[in-house]
Amino acid sequence: MNDSHYCPHTPEEIGEMLTAIGVASVEELFAPIPAELRAKALTIPSGISEFETLARMQAIAGENAQGMTNYIGGGFYDHIIPTVIDHLSGRAEFYTAYTPYQPECSQGTLQALFEYQTAICRLTGLDVSNASLYDGGTACAEAAMMALRVTGRKKIIVDGCVNPFSRQVLKTYLFNLDVEIVEIAPVKGMLDRAGLAGVLDETVAAVLVQNPNFFGTVDDFSALAGQVHALGALLIASVYPISLGILKSPGEMGVDIAIGDGQSLGNPLSFGGPSFGFIAARKSFIRNMPGRIVGETVDRNGKRGFVLTLQAREQHIKRHKATSNICSNQGLCALRGLIFLSSVGRQGLADLARLNRDKAEYAKARLSRIPGVTVLQSAPTFNEFTLCLPASAETVVTGMLKEGIAAGVPLGPYYEGSDNCLVVTVTEKRSKKEIDHFARLLEAALCN
Amino acid sequence: MQLIYEKSVPGRRGVRLPASDVPSAAALPASLLRSEPAALAEVSELDLVRHFTNLSRRNFSVDTNFYPLGSCTMKYNAKVLENAAVLFAPFHPMTALLPGGTEFCQGTLGMLHDLGGMLADITGMDEVTTQPLAGAHGEMTGILLVAAYHAARGNKAKKKYVVVPDSSHGTNPASAAIAGYEIITVPTAPYGDMDLELFKKAMTDEVAAVMMTCPNTLGLFNPHIKEISDIAHSHDALMYYDGANLNAIMGKVKPGDVGFDVIHVNLHKTFGTPHGGGGPGSGPVGVKKGLIPFLPQPRILKDDQGRFQLEGKRPTSIGRTANFFGNFGVMVKAYAYMIMLGREGLVRVSEQAVLNANYIKERLKPYYDLPYDMTCMHECVFSASRQLAHGVHAIDIAKFLIDRGYHPPTVYFPMIVKEAIMIEPTETESKATMDAFIEVMIEAAKTAETDPQALHDAPLTMPISRLDETKAAREQNVCCQW
Repeated sequence: MNDSHYCPHTPEEIGEMLTAIGVASVEELFAPIPAELRAKALTIPSGISEFETLARMQAIAGENAQGMTNYIGGGFYDHIIPTVIDHLSGRAEFYTAYTPYQPECSQGTLQALFEYQTAICRLTGLDVSNASLYDGGTACAEAAMMALRVTGRKKIIVDGCVNPFSRQVLKTYLFNLDVEIVEIAPVKGMLDRAGLAGVLDETVAAVLVQNPNFFGTVDDFSALAGQVHALGALLIASVYPISLGILKSPGEMGVDIAIGDGQSLGNPLSFGGPSFGFIAARKSFIRNMPGRIVGETVDRNGKRGFVLTLQAREQHIKRHKATSNICSNQGLCALRGLIFLSSVGRQGLADLARLNRDKAEYAKARLSRIPGVTVLQSAPTFNEFTLCLPASAETVVTGMLKEGIAAGVPLGPYYEGSDNCLVVTVTEKRSKKEIDHFARLLEAALCN
Repeated sequence: MQLIYEKSVPGRRGVRLPASDVPSAAALPASLLRSEPAALAEVSELDLVRHFTNLSRRNFSVDTNFYPLGSCTMKYNAKVLENAAVLFAPFHPMTALLPGGTEFCQGTLGMLHDLGGMLADITGMDEVTTQPLAGAHGEMTGILLVAAYHAARGNKAKKKYVVVPDSSHGTNPASAAIAGYEIITVPTAPYGDMDLELFKKAMTDEVAAVMMTCPNTLGLFNPHIKEISDIAHSHDALMYYDGANLNAIMGKVKPGDVGFDVIHVNLHKTFGTPHGGGGPGSGPVGVKKGLIPFLPQPRILKDDQGRFQLEGKRPTSIGRTANFFGNFGVMVKAYAYMIMLGREGLVRVSEQAVLNANYIKERLKPYYDLPYDMTCMHECVFSASRQLAHGVHAIDIAKFLIDRGYHPPTVYFPMIVKEAIMIEPTETESKATMDAFIEVMIEAAKTAETDPQALHDAPLTMPISRLDETKAAREQNVCCQW
């Protein structure tokens, strides 16, 4: 019986191969490993069939709470995913290929990535995009490092309204470098412009902001871009791609580098990944971009084709002088993002963004009618907003989880003195009926 | 083939959105709005499906072609893994980070914890973080752990260098440089690995870590590995193991047993998860006890009741290397792969990967130069130097293979081998597939002698011929302008 999962050889074939090699046993091939270094047996259990494997995986998935109604975001959003995405990204010709090092037999991936880069440029209003980064947090770090290279300066100013996980990733990336990170504490869920003005000078490489920010506030950074540029610094904006269906694009604001997490573009929540990070910038910065970039060219017969380009920036050529260490990125997730954007299309993305905002505005009005509940920010919001509750947000959230509702992200763990604040996310997937139910439960929880 | 934007017709849509059941909100101030919608493609669902289906047909892939791309471990990706991953699609990662939220995520947290345990067993490490999102991301995480270790001992200023052999993956020096280190490169000796004497000279107390790939990128196991790690440790330098080549050694040798302190593992290589045309991968990092205090957060712990919890704030942690728990969907696949194969199956993977590589090496040896002629592990590296005498380069042989339906091996890497052709068949390929590939490689070698122009002209059967890469780099046309 051949029970060797996915190892196809019969004993006869193994015998023939050993003869061709000129050794007596497979074990002999491991002779280069000194005997005293050889491993003790593995303790992993013995193997099982694929049927048993799938049953085990179903049992594991079953240990998570099922059917939770999400009012949480924090960088990952519960959006619709058109069914074509699974079918098309599930084409094995896409998902079992690798980095398109050989362009003639990889035009599918290369053209798709070129179309992806185009979609990201059009969405962000910027000139150039790479073929994806890992996620939104690492994109913040890559953008900051790019700004350090471009300016030759060693200080990054970060708006405290940027996603706290992304800020943490940025700090982790930079902790062993000679780089200063200055954080500006938020005021009422918004960038403290006066606080920023106090630290903004000619030693600053970049200012990092987020729109909509972690509190849900929508801002316009056009004037800020001018101030930042006047000092020779760059403006980096982390953006939520669905919101760009209606919100002013980074390019229109004068942003130099736009980044974000692409999960909301057709990638499932999947307990936090895989998603993808995107990065787009002004054309003059292209040689400082991290990661793969696909470019258009022609073949020997003048026919259009696509290749990985400007590879002299990358680790496999430049080694320690590369613009980034990134190699594998999130290609298949970026492909899903492209298919998502091409499926909803130009008007569809605008409609989807409006639908998100309409639902959130309904929820905001409904929830803030609950006695003692107010909205933190006076500024506009998109599909997230921050409530100030008359009680600990953490206590409320813990209680609501038992009702099958993830009620929002309590701000207490991330912002000092914000124990009663709750960021609520409402996507197009939440019905009026669900929102009303949520409001009744929240009201009941707060009255107790 | 037309771009999706060239198929776009104003007003067309690929999907219908849900109708609204709430009132329309008052419009935002104009200063916050974009002047016009983003110029995304406007196509019907059928147009969309046909476009991407036809694009996919312009790719070689493991499911359609033998793909012996050295260093990348392009093994078959079991279909059941895809079915397993979708089971976890609805779970929001934020749920686990809410107060009391871990109770609602016991399945996902438990799986990550158990995956870490299995990887620790295979690598001989004490704990594994599953947060890093790819191999290079794991490398950077690992080197940041090294930096935190030295900083905690008051040696941040003193430890300035990371030692890397010249045969290493480009990501090794790039990751160490991004983490703030200067690089010392040690050349390869005639025996096919880092020159031991030159290594000894390079080692000082200012070295923070030594990054090794073992087996190395020549596919060779370094017989001096224990001595190297002893020397490194005598200088208080830590040993970093690049797990890119772990497919060769499962159950045969555990890096943790031979002196390595920190390791990253590429789940998309060794543990059978698909490469996705360039990701997503997953790069968990294993460490020895001394480095546990520095591991990224959130860290998953199993409590006395067997429940999985997230550790509270730990000031010694390097923080976060990614926003949530890593590429969870990829880890589901790797976990399913590991429990399915089990300990005997994983050992067999390494045995047959090594068997296949040696078979190809021996069969092709008469036709191609083999700069390091010894028993290899999971891959073998030839040189096209013999063919170069006829004006034929490694790239020409690669393009000839494409015409015959084979994805080429890795060429021009490792850089220490002139005209390198790096072949990694993996354990999932049959003898018949390899025999057919070997015949075509032999044909290429013969054609190099008799008709070099035929190789220069290849490929002829693809939708496009060789591309003008200089033009692409000069014009930098990286997004559609119309």
